[in-house]
Amino acid sequence: MTQMLYTWSFHATFVTLFSVLRNEDLKEMLESNKDSLKLEAMKRVVGLIAKGKNASELFPAVVKNVASKNIELKKLVYVYLVRYAEEQQDLALLSISTFQRALKDPNQFIRGSALRVLSSIRVPIIVPIMMLAIKEAAADLSPYVRKTSAHAIQKLYSMDPDQKEQLIEVIEKLLKDKSTLVAGSVVMAFEEVCPDRIDLIHKNYRKLCNLLVDVEEWGQVVIISMLTRYARTQFTSPWKENNEKAFYDSDSEEKKDQTEAQPYIMDPDHRLLLRNTKPLLQSRNTAVVMSVAQLYWHLAPKHEVNIVTKSLVRLLRSHREVQYIVLQNIATMSIQRKGMFEPFMKSFYVRSTDATHIKTLKLEILTNLANEANISTILREFQTYVKSQDKAFAAATIQAIGRCATNISEVTDTCLNGLVLLLSNRDETVVAESVVVIKKLLQTQPTQHSEIIKHMAKLFDNITVSMARASILWLMGEYCERVPKIAPDVLRKMAKTFTAEEDIVKLQTVNLAAKLYLTNSKQTKLLTHYDIRDRTRFIRQLIVPNEKSGALNKYARRILLAPKPAPVLESAFKDRDRYQLGTLSHSLNTKATGYLELSDWPAVAPDQSVRNVEVIEPVRNPDTLLIIVLLHACLILTHKSGSESEEESSEESDKTSSDSGKSSSGSEKSSSESEPEQKKKKKMTKAPQKKSKPTANLCLLRFIPVFPMSLQVTTPSFGPVKTYELLHHMTGKGLSAKYHFSRQPCLYQPSMVAVQVILTNSSDHSLEEIHIGDRSPASLNIHCFNTIERLEPEASVTVSMGIDFSDSTQAANFQLCTKEDQFSVSIQPAVGELLMPSTMTEQDFSKEQGKLLGMNETSATITMATANTSSQAISKQVLCAANVGVVSSSANNFHRFAGRTVSSRALVLVSLELKESSTALLTINTEKSVMASMLLRDLKQALAQA
Amino acid sequence: MILQQQISVELNMRNSPSDPPCQSALFKGGHQNITFHQHVNPSQFIVWELLQDGPICRRLFSNSGNFWHTGTISCNIPELAAEMIHSLFLINHSGDIFLEKHWKSVISRSVCDYFFEAKEKAVDPENVSPVLQTPHHYLITIYRDKLFFLSVIQTEVPPLFVIEFLHRVADTIQDYFGECSESVIMDNVVTVYELLEEMLDNGFPLATESNVLKEMIRPPTILRSVVNTLTGGSNVGDTLPTGQLSNIPWRRAGVKYTNNEAYFDVIEEIDAILDKSGSTVFAEIQGVIEACVRLTGMPDLTLSFMNPRLLDDVSFHPCVRFKRWESERVLSFIPPDGNFTLMNYHVSSQNLVAIPVYVKQSITFFEMGPCGRLDITIGPKQTMGKTVEALMVTIHMPKAVLSANLTPTQGNYTYDLATKVLVWDIGKLNPQKLPNLRGSLSLQAGAPKPEDNPSLNIDLKIQQVAISGLKVSRLDMYGEKYKPFKGVKYLTKAGKFQVRT
Repeated sequence: MTQMLYTWSFHATFVTLFSVLRNEDLKEMLESNKDSLKLEAMKRVVGLIAKGKNASELFPAVVKNVASKNIELKKLVYVYLVRYAEEQQDLALLSISTFQRALKDPNQFIRGSALRVLSSIRVPIIVPIMMLAIKEAAADLSPYVRKTSAHAIQKLYSMDPDQKEQLIEVIEKLLKDKSTLVAGSVVMAFEEVCPDRIDLIHKNYRKLCNLLVDVEEWGQVVIISMLTRYARTQFTSPWKENNEKAFYDSDSEEKKDQTEAQPYIMDPDHRLLLRNTKPLLQSRNTAVVMSVAQLYWHLAPKHEVNIVTKSLVRLLRSHREVQYIVLQNIATMSIQRKGMFEPFMKSFYVRSTDATHIKTLKLEILTNLANEANISTILREFQTYVKSQDKAFAAATIQAIGRCATNISEVTDTCLNGLVLLLSNRDETVVAESVVVIKKLLQTQPTQHSEIIKHMAKLFDNITVSMARASILWLMGEYCERVPKIAPDVLRKMAKTFTAEEDIVKLQTVNLAAKLYLTNSKQTKLLTHYDIRDRTRFIRQLIVPNEKSGALNKYARRILLAPKPAPVLESAFKDRDRYQLGTLSHSLNTKATGYLELSDWPAVAPDQSVRNVEVIEPVRNPDTLLIIVLLHACLILTHKSGSESEEESSEESDKTSSDSGKSSSGSEKSSSESEPEQKKKKKMTKAPQKKSKPTANLCLLRFIPVFPMSLQVTTPSFGPVKTYELLHHMTGKGLSAKYHFSRQPCLYQPSMVAVQVILTNSSDHSLEEIHIGDRSPASLNIHCFNTIERLEPEASVTVSMGIDFSDSTQAANFQLCTKEDQFSVSIQPAVGELLMPSTMTEQDFSKEQGKLLGMNETSATITMATANTSSQAISKQVLCAANVGVVSSSANNFHRFAGRTVSSRALVLVSLELKESSTALLTINTEKSVMASMLLRDLKQALAQA
Repeated sequence: MILQQQISVELNMRNSPSDPPCQSALFKGGHQNITFHQHVNPSQFIVWELLQDGPICRRLFSNSGNFWHTGTISCNIPELAAEMIHSLFLINHSGDIFLEKHWKSVISRSVCDYFFEAKEKAVDPENVSPVLQTPHHYLITIYRDKLFFLSVIQTEVPPLFVIEFLHRVADTIQDYFGECSESVIMDNVVTVYELLEEMLDNGFPLATESNVLKEMIRPPTILRSVVNTLTGGSNVGDTLPTGQLSNIPWRRAGVKYTNNEAYFDVIEEIDAILDKSGSTVFAEIQGVIEACVRLTGMPDLTLSFMNPRLLDDVSFHPCVRFKRWESERVLSFIPPDGNFTLMNYHVSSQNLVAIPVYVKQSITFFEMGPCGRLDITIGPKQTMGKTVEALMVTIHMPKAVLSANLTPTQGNYTYDLATKVLVWDIGKLNPQKLPNLRGSLSLQAGAPKPEDNPSLNIDLKIQQVAISGLKVSRLDMYGEKYKPFKGVKYLTKAGKFQVRT
């Protein structure tokens, strides 16, 4: 039989090889009778493969040798088969019988390698054969063969995920294996096939802990990482409340800790894990050490974490790449726990021979470690770095000095003086960086620094880096009252070069002009940039459609010259603690494919977001703030130039309100949109300048789309808007408030949910100074509306707010205050409002859904009201309940909706499969399982009612 | 409704080799027809259309010149499959891929373009970030012996796991062939390929222990290759290595020697930063014990120290029994056969570290005129009564330094004009006649005076002493009857020893 097949394949060879003379000799050698010739040929073939050359036409000739007795020849044939079987599936099947025979070989090595190769041949047709082989091998007497079968599980799973259930059975069996050889591989298979089946681990947990020291090093890494996740779901938090719990310091948690006043007793199994991993800190394998370190970081009581310090510092002696990863992890750790690494501060001193990324990381860590006691040592060290020949590094050092200066108030002045000295440095990047950092520092210390500002004004002409120029302009404007003579001069200079500047500098120039106008209107010759003004006004209407523009003029001074919150100069590693230490995601600071979230301790409410406390930072987020400032600035300018702005703005708002829905933006679009606007403008104001438009337009256009792009505007869903009561006029002493979710991307911060509040005065006297007071929890991130100075009786006003609910339905509590009173109110979002629509094709939907199975899937069979069975009605009900987007569907009985959570942008996929007699299967796939169950409930309710 | 959204696609094939890879493309259209726009350069773009029949083929139109032409490209849609290491590419210093190995489906080598891009930006190969992200893959790279080992990853994996493994591959190649270079790898490409096949299965490390590998794939020796050619014998073992199955995977069974010997080298390196005035900013000692053990059978060894308390932090070869170390501070182990690293240790900076030499230096660049002066003298400080040998000073000069005209009282110096590295090779340090190097440096005319002075990197060796004072007291052997030869050697070296000026 095989003989026949060979003859057939021989013919095939003949045809395919006829034209390829190059490999003709190889083919001959492969078909000779001598093993040595065949071996020689195979070696050359493998050489070709290694070089990435195509050797696929030799397949028929090679495959014949699969049954060779010569073990080296055979192995080379295996190498070849694994590489090309996918491309030549039919021919590859010829070899299968050989492997099946080898699987029964008395030699365990032969059995093992046969399974290895068989499972590496990615030919779907042999799936049943592989499944059988895996099952048999899993029961083999030889641990080596069992290990191979654990590896084969993953290969089969990746080829055919439908085999999952059967494979899980095999995994379950292999998990019970007591051999150290098997443990690592089977846990690897577990992690890949069914990481959510924690229940399979329970019984094997202690065994795995005890075997750990003897498992080979690679297996140790995998097991430790799995056990870390396991422990976080099974044990309660060992982090008692104490002063050190720096990163979980939200009010809510403290309260919780106080209520659970019972003493904490560690689960003995929890202790077992910690005890058994500790010796591995002495491993020579850096990956093992790192994985133990992350285990201690995520699982150990705070006072025990310190034992990993020494080992991590030891790893810094290893290869450069190891250093890089370890330093990244230390950077994250040192933000939260300075004390851990402070004794080893000197190990992070930079050498001139370090690679740039190593230098930057060391600098980061040194900055994190700085405190009152060691700051003088660190600053002395930094002085050396500023002089470094590596200018990028010098610039980074200047930033680090800035951070130290803000964090440790004792040295702020010292640092500031040092930085001013650097302004006369020869290198431009050093000067530019110094200016930017000085600007930030002055913001935190706004008193009596006019000398420094004057000094900087003098240097202004010599500085060409735009960020630095913009910073100086900003400083001028901000403190223009202190430098009344210089600021207008600078503005005059800027007016001349305006068109040649970069966007950011232009913005700051306009900003400066507006501020100067307010403080010192006589001296200020207004810049005549009508087109900028027009454009900004238009855009202002576009993004803030519901505010009455006229009212804002009054507050211009307040808005523009309000004391700005001091910038927070903080670590670039601040938000990395979202990810488990030691992972690829942590290293890249983005979620890598296949990253498994570390769940929170079970006793703690699943509110992971408390960590993401953010302060609105003008400096870090220049775009947002600048645009707003610019818009207001231009408004003031126009107010002066023409009284027609009032009536016109009302027209504009009509138009823009209809536009805003369509503003799925892209620069192209907004420009076409504004064309008619422009024409109208010309008619009415007869703007004197027509020529200079193109450049200025361009600069703005390039700049403005930043907004919608980052907001990812997608199909807005227009469901009926539900309005909720926020404050009843009886309790509010005449002030009543209602709110609804506008379901539009929030313009303050993308992670916020936009809420519109309608305030009405139902009393008989006017209410003054309506604003938002204290909020709880204090960390709650709200973008408040601006104080409403006066609300006349019977008048009402609509204001918009942004609230970062952090993907939880916990109510946002805050106080609504008037001049006299304070009312506690709360906004409780329905889970559907925490989403925003996401657009995807049906294919993408199924693909994403495929990634969110198992624990991430929630489903229920529901009964729908008969009125709701039409597809229109279903869409209407679903869109009403949740802010999701419709995914077009090819099948009539399938309805799909997709959205993302506003805060963490996790996908939420809703699918509804209609069954007979108005029942349906409702499935929700998302990582946010809590949200899923709530959403399921809401949707079920929505669809059940007519 | 027209949707515009930025998506990223990785297209493996290009119209012509000079085209840039299509990395991010504008995705336009409804659900039915999806096209990708690739901007080859500002004036030329290509439109790729997704065919309905699968992810593999796309049709291409482009506006190169004024006419449209078609072709096909393939697009790499990532598999869901997770594995640790998907593919490995070996790349030489000049950027040629000379070896590729895939443990799963084949990934086109064009994925390396992202790496080349990063390498281009980084200028110095050491500055390339070890972890890179591409639209569908992650690249983890190590740079060693002028070679890049680039691994392609598709899913979350601890990066150190991959880095450690790649270094293990390089170590193994070094161990097998004596060096790790392109020419050696290409000369032994089949053996290397077999090794890679054994080291990883489905992207997960299988056998990385040198002793185990050597049983499966024998390292090449001249004698064996001659014999094999004559007899048709092979380099590949046909039985399962004994180590694979036992609890001591690092040692093979049935080891036999006529001369039984065990040698240990205690090597210490001083890492230090000295400031301008010569005082120590930072100093610590890193030590390693390298062993060469050729003993018959299954010997069980115990190595003990006179002063184990010195050791602040240690890491061991897996053979060392950690519990004995914890309780008795002795190293108890069944050794691997041959050369291996028994332990690494660290002597903390809290203990006073003896600095063996002092450096008197002055490097000045004059404000007027394009020149500067250099004057360096080195003398012995705390040498534990031994001679300092192989003394060498390396200085990375500022870019503006054109040439050096110096006179050494001992040894000789070279100044590499391209890399701006000044090397002064001194040799033995004679305490009676201190070596000195002085002379003038000439600067590029018109260039500004360098801001700071370059630091000096010092290399040195001191034989027969471990600078920390660590001493081995005895080596005992159990489990075997014979008497082995034993020996311990000490050596102190400069590690990262830097003098700031």
